[in-house]
Amino acid sequence: MKKRKERIDRGIKARSEDIFALSSYREMLYLLVPRAIPVVGLLGVAPFLSPYWQEVFISTSIYALLAISWDLLISAGLVSLGQSLFYGIGSYIAGALNHYCGWSPLFTIPVAALGGGLLCTVLLLPVLRLRGIYFAMVMLVLPLMLSRLVEATRILGGTEGLPGLTPFPNQLIALYVVQLAVLAALFGFRRIMASDYGLVVKGINDNDRSVMSAGINIYLYKTQILFIGASVGSFAGALGTHIDMFAGMPGFALDYAIMPIAAAVVGGMRTFVGPMLGAFLLVPLSEILRALGALRIVFYGLFLVVFIVALPEGIFPYVQRKYHQLERWVELE
Amino acid sequence: MLLGTLIYGFINSCILALLALGFNLTFGISGVANFAYGAIYIFSGFLTWIILNSIGLPYLLSVVISILCAAIIGLLVYYIVILRVKGLALSEVIATFGLGLAIMELFRYFDFVGFKYTLPVFFDGSVGFGEVYVDYQRLFIALIAVGLTLFLYLFTRHSKTGLAFRAIAQDERTALTFGIDSDRIGALSMAFGAALAAIAAIVILPLGTIAVEGGYEVLINALAVCIVGGLGSTVGILVASVLIGYAQTFTANYLGPHWMMLVSLIAIAVVLTIKPSGLFSRQKELEERI
Repeated sequence: MKKRKERIDRGIKARSEDIFALSSYREMLYLLVPRAIPVVGLLGVAPFLSPYWQEVFISTSIYALLAISWDLLISAGLVSLGQSLFYGIGSYIAGALNHYCGWSPLFTIPVAALGGGLLCTVLLLPVLRLRGIYFAMVMLVLPLMLSRLVEATRILGGTEGLPGLTPFPNQLIALYVVQLAVLAALFGFRRIMASDYGLVVKGINDNDRSVMSAGINIYLYKTQILFIGASVGSFAGALGTHIDMFAGMPGFALDYAIMPIAAAVVGGMRTFVGPMLGAFLLVPLSEILRALGALRIVFYGLFLVVFIVALPEGIFPYVQRKYHQLERWVELE
Repeated sequence: MLLGTLIYGFINSCILALLALGFNLTFGISGVANFAYGAIYIFSGFLTWIILNSIGLPYLLSVVISILCAAIIGLLVYYIVILRVKGLALSEVIATFGLGLAIMELFRYFDFVGFKYTLPVFFDGSVGFGEVYVDYQRLFIALIAVGLTLFLYLFTRHSKTGLAFRAIAQDERTALTFGIDSDRIGALSMAFGAALAAIAAIVILPLGTIAVEGGYEVLINALAVCIVGGLGSTVGILVASVLIGYAQTFTANYLGPHWMMLVSLIAIAVVLTIKPSGLFSRQKELEERI
């Protein structure tokens, strides 16, 4: 009996990357298993961790949220060198509402997410026309400017920040809230980008002028994408601020700007899974390397350079390709 | 008071011009926005300190060595990293940003923090203008800034390499048909930019201590001057450094030093919003905004 090798996605991938023809449970599993991994991995594993690693998991998920929102912006060609802008604004809104008005996290977090998204969108509206590195430079400068502004005017607690915010009732709740948010953002954004709407967004990134000449108002699309991305970023900031029980200038710190970029570059840009994967690799890694202190940031920096030069597509697209190329033995008829 | 502000404003302008020259040179010629610029600045400061204090070479020799080292680093970064991602603006920015971050945080890791990290001044003493006293080092900075600008002007107009620089800046493809190697010129421009950063560091750092945070501020200041003046335009650099220099000095004197950095940041944001090519730029408008 003769056998030959066959790719396991044979017969599944009928037309293109995202149109599938399924005819058996086996083929459904082929598609379902990779999608189930993040869901099971996040929701299933987390409760069994020690409290310390639960904390790490929470901060990892917050970085993952920032990285996913970074990825949404980059899908529309908006290069953000300052995710910390969204994080900082979200954390300050939630912190101020909680500190001065005494609202509970149940209300501050949604208000901060929407309000932060709106505020950042209005703030960035004048520079939405800028392209590439020019937009990147504005994004690099804005969080620095806001933190200096807080330092100089001493509003919102100045350099001291707003301490003593209401924490989550217990760690497990915080854990599940942030993980559900990550999953919602991950699958939601993938859904958006797979729709016709996402096609236009991708088009704006590839060639904005030709999208314009198709009679589409690209600024409307860019504004919407910016609002969604900024809201998710602010949501992460609001969550983080209630978990730390503190809102202050560290919210605008470089950490929150560089981590999402590093995660996206390592994991693979424009895939949403990639940045999440990158965050779940880099943040725990940096936690293990905690003893090294400032050397962690050195590693991030070098990671960025090595991946940009050596594996520009990132880990996830690489793994995805290998998964599609898996082969099995079949009998010759 | 006013005379002092005017004089110190002028010196501040010279400092800003010095900081921006290197960044501008690299960007203007090879189109690479070198976000590791601040890191190279800090690196040369610390390197000079190490050679001077740990190895014990004379000051002038350590200055020359660290300028050469900075130039070599510029070359290496171009050939090893930039060349592979040339033309992909996002990758260039991320790669140089990551590299700069790594260099600066490495110094923080090795505990290069504190007041002992200062470089000696070239000339001690000060001179009085009316009732305002200015130390020689600050005058020296102004001299170096003017001298370097003149040197670059003459270099790009009367030497073969300098002419090649301008050719690549104006039209890379046409320059290629004349046998100018754009990779070599790009690498050279990166090396020149790094060397200029080193010179700026060695002249300016004696005024204060060498601190890792300074690297970020240098990058922001260089960016501010280049953006306000228009990336790639030398006249723009000079005008912008005078504008921002005086604006900074006046804010520092009348509002408080906290507000000084805010001037550059606001200048960047405002100019990018209103006229992204800057006041005096020849860059193409459509490439930067739509």
